[in-house]
Amino acid sequence: MPERFTPSRMAIHCVLILFAAFYLVPLLVVVFNSLRSTEDITRAGVIGLPYDLAWSNFSDTWSKYCISQHCNGIQPYFWNSLQMTIPATLISTLLGALNGYSLSLWRFRGDQVVFGIMTLGVFLPEQMRLVPWAIVLRDVGLFNTISGLVMIHIVQGISFTTLFCRNYYVSIPPDLLKAARIDGAGYFRIFWRIVLPLSPPILIVTVIWQFTGIWNEYLYGVTFSSGEHQPITAALIALSARLSDAPQYGEQSAAVLLAAAPTLLIYLVGGRYFLRGLTAGAVK
Amino acid sequence: MTGRELRDRILPHLVIWPPILISCAYVLVFSAWTVWVSFTRSTLMPEYSWAGWRNYTTMLATRNWQIAYSNLFIYGICFVVFTMAMGLLLAVLIDQRIRGENVYRTIFLYPLAVSFVVTGTVWGWLLNPTIGIQKLMHDWGWTSFRFEWLIDRDKAIYTIVIAGVWQASGFAMALLLAGLRSVDADLLKAAQIDGAGPLRTYFRVIFPTIGPIFVAVLVMLLQFAIKTYDLVVALTAGGPGLASTLPTVVVYDFMFQRGELAKGSAAAVMLLGSLAFVLVPYGLYRYWKRRQGGAHA
Repeated sequence: MPERFTPSRMAIHCVLILFAAFYLVPLLVVVFNSLRSTEDITRAGVIGLPYDLAWSNFSDTWSKYCISQHCNGIQPYFWNSLQMTIPATLISTLLGALNGYSLSLWRFRGDQVVFGIMTLGVFLPEQMRLVPWAIVLRDVGLFNTISGLVMIHIVQGISFTTLFCRNYYVSIPPDLLKAARIDGAGYFRIFWRIVLPLSPPILIVTVIWQFTGIWNEYLYGVTFSSGEHQPITAALIALSARLSDAPQYGEQSAAVLLAAAPTLLIYLVGGRYFLRGLTAGAVK
Repeated sequence: MTGRELRDRILPHLVIWPPILISCAYVLVFSAWTVWVSFTRSTLMPEYSWAGWRNYTTMLATRNWQIAYSNLFIYGICFVVFTMAMGLLLAVLIDQRIRGENVYRTIFLYPLAVSFVVTGTVWGWLLNPTIGIQKLMHDWGWTSFRFEWLIDRDKAIYTIVIAGVWQASGFAMALLLAGLRSVDADLLKAAQIDGAGPLRTYFRVIFPTIGPIFVAVLVMLLQFAIKTYDLVVALTAGGPGLASTLPTVVVYDFMFQRGELAKGSAAAVMLLGSLAFVLVPYGLYRYWKRRQGGAHA
């Protein structure tokens, strides 16, 4: 049905466009400023159009910039974040799927209690786990390593992924499994043949949310790593702290854009799943 | 025992239990551990000599903690009220079967995919009087324009509200919109037949039926406010001075900058207490709702 443009409709669009501008301004500012020279930004302010395109901001930020005495640009931290996020996302999603499957379809005594405790893990603030993690990481020798952060994000992520997958798997009809079990299929066979083929929607949602959450995480990164081992969020803060006396807005904007790019791209491509995860996680 | 039996009987247990046990232990043991440390004399290194409630009383008496909590109060209330109001307004507007709905939704929700570090950094620029919005207004000729919240002790906390609302209102919009769309069509038809106008329908029929979703969003936002950390670090670093500090910032400060693990842990436990203050009543409410629903069904 084509929309008819009555005055009230126009008013609604006007309000929505104003709000859209409010949401888009920060993104546009970063995109524009990543193409402006720092002198231009310092003189004319952060809100402005890029007149002479300073593409060098990106190459400088990527490989030349100095962050806490290391002058390799933002690049090593970007790779750190990828090396941390990809394994942590995949492993925590796999374990969450297995957990969700065990808890929803292979019920055992006390499974509700177990699930309740794991759900609490979603809400427990990170501050409650900093000291124990510091001790554990020191004792297993993973302090200031990417592997240490991967381990943290896997253990932390299981609560979340289990919650997602379990809530999805409870809707699989138990009769389907009963039939499979009568045919002699065991735990793995049922998972592989029945549950996994039904799972792509929830697995995509879980992967998207885990990737976004882990990539964007800051507190663990800054607490348990330093220098060249930091993920990109921590590096960004270190960068702006170092530059607070003589800010380099152009290069910093390029850095911010590079740090935000992976999750923004995932959001643009998988927005539908993003929203589904949101409603599934929060309302149910 | 044959190999097949081994595979079917033993192996599943080896796969099922470790992740379940690890994540339960993670929740219970790590929490207990932090609580324990909060009752010790630990400073730079954890040690386990008993200190009683001393860390708690000391923390409660520090200026940092008092400022942090009054800030959390201001920030929590403003953040939740404005986020809910904006989310609801946007949800209702989009609910009018607007053309380009997907475009609007994508725009309103993208901040959720961006890290707080990025949000805080960018809002820090926009709100910085010498290069941000104030500078723009001055360049446009409105030289008396003042917007210096970022460097104003009394206003700095509100800059975190602005950035927080920017990041979270799309989230509220999405959930409330899903709620609005879930209202029974028959109910709406009945309201229409009764001659209720759109405004009346919203206030008398739709909002009351999605009450539980309001509560859910409210609780999510409150716990989100209590956990806010990265945003403050990136936007104001708790400053000027201590003016925009929050409990999470104080926890980190004591644990890892002052080397007061026990006091920091006590602060973390109190933070958990505030979270429980929000989540426990909600949990009970959900439980009560479900029992009530069960009784009706």
